[in-house]
Amino acid sequence: MVAIAVAVMRDLFAIVMLFGIYSLLTAGIFVSLDAVDVAFTEAAVGAGISTILILSTLALTSREEKKSTHSRFLPLLVVLVTGATLVYGTLDMPAFSDPQAPVHQHVAPRYLDQAQQETGVPNIVTAVLASYRSYDTMGEVTVIFTAGIAVMLLLSAFRHREDEAGNLNDLSHHPVLKYVARLMIPFILLFALYVQFHGDYGPGGGFQAGVIFAAGFILYGLVVGIDKTRSMFSDSVLRWLMASGLLLYIGVGVVTLLLGGEFLNYNVLAADQVKGQHWGIFLVELGVGITVTATMIAMFLAFSEVRRPE
Amino acid sequence: MSTFIDLYNYWIFIFLMMIGFYIVIAQGNLVKKIIGLNIFQTAVFLLYISMGKVKGGTAPIIVAGDASYSNPLPHVLILTAIVVGVATTALAMALIIRIRKAYGTIEEQDIHEQDASL
Amino acid sequence: MISSHLPVLQVILPLIAAPLCVLLRRSSLLWLLSFSASLGAMVIAWLLLQQAGSSGVISYILGGWAAPWGIEYRIDTLNAYVLLIVTAISSVVLLAAKKSIEQEVPQQHWPMFYASYLLCLTGLLGITATADAFNVFVFLEISSLSSYALISLGRDRRALTASYQYLVMGTIGATFILIGIGLLYMLTGTLNMNDLAQRLPAVAQTKTMLSAFAFLFVGISLKLALFPLHLWLPNAYTYAPSIVSAFLAGTATKVAVYVLLRFIFTVFGADYAFSVLPLAEILMLLGVAAILFASLSAIYQDNIKRLFAYSSVAQLGYITLGISFLSVSGLSATLLHLFNHALMKAALFMALACLLYRQGGVKFSHVKGLGRQMPWTFMAIVIGGLSLVGVPLTVGFISKWYLILAAIEQGHFVLVAIILFGSLLALVYVWRIVEQGFFSASDDHTDVKEAPLSLLLPTWLLVLANIWFGIDTSLTVGVAEHTAHWLLELPAPVMPGATP
Repeated sequence: MVAIAVAVMRDLFAIVMLFGIYSLLTAGIFVSLDAVDVAFTEAAVGAGISTILILSTLALTSREEKKSTHSRFLPLLVVLVTGATLVYGTLDMPAFSDPQAPVHQHVAPRYLDQAQQETGVPNIVTAVLASYRSYDTMGEVTVIFTAGIAVMLLLSAFRHREDEAGNLNDLSHHPVLKYVARLMIPFILLFALYVQFHGDYGPGGGFQAGVIFAAGFILYGLVVGIDKTRSMFSDSVLRWLMASGLLLYIGVGVVTLLLGGEFLNYNVLAADQVKGQHWGIFLVELGVGITVTATMIAMFLAFSEVRRPE
Repeated sequence: MSTFIDLYNYWIFIFLMMIGFYIVIAQGNLVKKIIGLNIFQTAVFLLYISMGKVKGGTAPIIVAGDASYSNPLPHVLILTAIVVGVATTALAMALIIRIRKAYGTIEEQDIHEQDASL
Repeated sequence: MISSHLPVLQVILPLIAAPLCVLLRRSSLLWLLSFSASLGAMVIAWLLLQQAGSSGVISYILGGWAAPWGIEYRIDTLNAYVLLIVTAISSVVLLAAKKSIEQEVPQQHWPMFYASYLLCLTGLLGITATADAFNVFVFLEISSLSSYALISLGRDRRALTASYQYLVMGTIGATFILIGIGLLYMLTGTLNMNDLAQRLPAVAQTKTMLSAFAFLFVGISLKLALFPLHLWLPNAYTYAPSIVSAFLAGTATKVAVYVLLRFIFTVFGADYAFSVLPLAEILMLLGVAAILFASLSAIYQDNIKRLFAYSSVAQLGYITLGISFLSVSGLSATLLHLFNHALMKAALFMALACLLYRQGGVKFSHVKGLGRQMPWTFMAIVIGGLSLVGVPLTVGFISKWYLILAAIEQGHFVLVAIILFGSLLALVYVWRIVEQGFFSASDDHTDVKEAPLSLLLPTWLLVLANIWFGIDTSLTVGVAEHTAHWLLELPAPVMPGATP
């Protein structure tokens, strides 16, 4: 229902807020469908990062949407055809949550039955993510890295000069906020570390940890001032961190190659398979965490430092 | 009627997807298009996660004892897809800021008019 | 030991180089690093093609987990061939990149530029090498995001809107592909393409599989710029920096064609794909429409880059037309044109890079009477253009020849006429450039010099390749025919009358 409101409304600011709510609701649905890791990520990303990014953009552009004079007919037709194709497709689908559905038969049981012995990780999502389909995850880090450098490419030329007053995302004149936030930041960072290293047992892992870690610094930036955060993370530091996380991930793969295994085959990292897997997963998750943290901070800084339009 | 009960989750997803897709192709505001794109993608995430659900299952974190778990693979795929989604959104927002700087507007129509008048 | 790891090294090499580029400060090193990574990948692609040709399919399991549980790379002659095309074009284009970039992209952006370029290459190679359906999506997004960034670097502000438009359409395409993959996974419980091919026949009657196929087809067509989903392409190619246009024109759509072939022939099976939907008719119709409409649009452009971009859409029409015949000569034509069109368009866009370097623009008004000042550049355009038309002794002739052969085999004489008419249209738009360059009153361009050697050499390397592979066809025709047979004789029996 929220989605409909988004479609109808014209005040972009309200739309973004609704979109954040929509993301949180989706996260709730994910939990009810047993996808805790996904819910965690959706909440952090959809309701957190995406919303912040879109809001920063709105602040730099304009809030009100103009009335569209587009013809509504063709889009509607395309959408209806697409929807119809999908509904048609669902007619033969296995019933929802049926344990006998083919999805649950072929590949998945092996993960559920053996992943714990093979990798020593009880959170199967982490095991699949960081070991069985580790190569996909490397691709995912690469995507984040790509987006990071793309944003820097696009916005770095438009950074405002130091002496220009009035930051876009600056709350540093609110003393109460400042105090509360200062109290919270250490806990956020601590929580991020917990999420990073506890991903083996509970929901979490490098990506979620990276987002939370970055959120901690973003909050710091909001209350203490963007310039302070910038002085901690200069462009070259961020670039260095972004690249090193990705390189760490690839590096693990290269080491496994040199030790005679396939790319990202962690078994060769130690004499014992489970120990090897443990090290492999630990290191690549660390790589993910570093790149994601650095990229998120870099994006936030890039967005906040753009000169405001007159 | 049993078809409906069995498939309603998928139909919700299709409905959301259609709304998102409609926003993308029918709206002229660049920011709103991207929000539509996000709704569109989230709907697809729901499709994946729905298919991973097992009746009576729990989150796929192995605990002692015999339990049934939901399928972890769709979760992994969607984690990746969410990340890809936010990466795309970030890039799109950066582009929009640059477009606004170059054209002074974020409405598709105004941009076309400006380009046409060159 | 190394030889067994070639499939993954191929992708990893540019991937490692990309973050290193971001860290490097010296611009000469940047170029050297990028070029050697690309060249290294090209050598590996060549070795892989040899291996796949002699010993059949090469399988490589990533992470040491066997196929349906882990991700697998499978190299056969089809994707080894595409890998070679992509890496070869990328390497030659990079040869010229240094000079061209110096002029078109501000220095502060160089590290990021090379990194994005390498990431785009990584993505394209990853899509091609993998045998895992979801992995295709991940690497597709790597290549897409980096190409949005590369396009947005163009100097004209319209580069930004072109990039945005491409981003929206590309993401819709990718999401459609994601839906298709999800539905397939739902039906079979697997993501591995080989595994899918074995399990799909059991569920071939379901409506779900049909809609999965429809979504994948539309999604890939968006990426492929199949008419009428090509709207993003002309803008993207026109406003991107010259080097990026040359690279993307030679590689990105080719990889999309490959993905289409892969899904149609090895995942769904030609039998299924061509019987549930009137795929042959759809591809034929859209192919013909692309040839006619895009060629006509090309004639009316006054920006040469845009002209060639429309011509690309038309050429993609020939490529899909070849698929629609579902015969060895048709598929050979498609595969040959993948290679040949990559050579022509890379050569032409590189020649435009030369023009842009000297003139700062590539509208007709910029090139009036320049033929005498920049003879080598213009000769490159002429030969590339003739190749586009399909004149004998150029590569264009070879692919047109096979395409016409395929049409005659099946008695489609109208199509023969359309293909010839398409060539005529190509002749018209190429002639317009020649006319402007050689027979138009020269404005005061007398001080304009020929493009620098570092741009001309790679351009001419490609131009000579156009002639070389037009005369010595043993490599291209050999691989294409071999692969076409192999594609059609996969598990499913060949459609009646398809094989000679």
